[in-house]
Amino acid sequence: MEEIPYTATARPDTGVYNAKLGTWLFLASEVMLFGALFSSYILLRVGAAEWPHGADILSVPIGTFNTLVLIASSVTMVMSWASLKMNDFRKYKIFMGLTILLALVFLVVKTFEYNDKFSHHLFPGTSTFLAIYFTLTGLHALHIIGGVIVNSYFWGPGRRMWKTEPERFTNRVEVAGLYWHFVDLVWIFLFPVLYLL
Amino acid sequence: MKSETAEDIKKHVRVYVAVFVALAALTLITVGASTLQVSTGVHIAIALLIAAVKGSLVASYFMHLISEKKVIFGVLIFTVFFFAGLLFLPVSDLSLHSSMKNVP
Repeated sequence: MEEIPYTATARPDTGVYNAKLGTWLFLASEVMLFGALFSSYILLRVGAAEWPHGADILSVPIGTFNTLVLIASSVTMVMSWASLKMNDFRKYKIFMGLTILLALVFLVVKTFEYNDKFSHHLFPGTSTFLAIYFTLTGLHALHIIGGVIVNSYFWGPGRRMWKTEPERFTNRVEVAGLYWHFVDLVWIFLFPVLYLL
Repeated sequence: MKSETAEDIKKHVRVYVAVFVALAALTLITVGASTLQVSTGVHIAIALLIAAVKGSLVASYFMHLISEKKVIFGVLIFTVFFFAGLLFLPVSDLSLHSSMKNVP
């Protein structure tokens, strides 16, 4: 079977390994996906006769806590990659494990938030604000779940590659990190837009 | 990103911790700023400005854009161009419609 080229070394014409360029192209498409929804938010808000203040419907302390959790998970993610670069696999396991744990904390808190809204009969169909809130945060949560699946694979069975192809494994963790930081970046804008404005 | 030694990465780790502290502080500043008695427009400007600074920190340091290759910036220039179009074209259309309200 033919080997996949440039998984560990940089391709001469691009200067980066293939997975990195591919991941950035994927992230470009993700920017357009969330961009379309942010654009919808602006249109809905500008076109609405009245728009509620996010803090009157959503819990700012809970949103702030979740923002800090996601920022912390971004740090642990980049630290897991840095640990591999420093040849410290034990630390990689700890930091990647923490990243997954923090992502799960984010999801659990989000579930409580959703349950609280539903228990107060606040559903996506209740108002335009809630419709865009559930759409944006729901799509973001799906991205978190996707990240947890990928990171869990690299923490669990996928880690075997470290023994045979350490460079390639380190690159895999780096591109998984690019995706994870993007998910964090989206939340950095979602939090003030939905909770504070 | 350039190929770096373990010693270089150790230096980066200190930067990552500093960025984390900055991001956490900016999050709390965003929440504090939202309680200021200013107009909605000023609130939006402050919140988006802080979010842009936080986003830049994440992209520059955690996503290594500060030391990335030209080809990645090539992808990003196209992305920024189309993203801006996606955000501003509908808004300009909306302002056009609102200015036409008084047209008989």
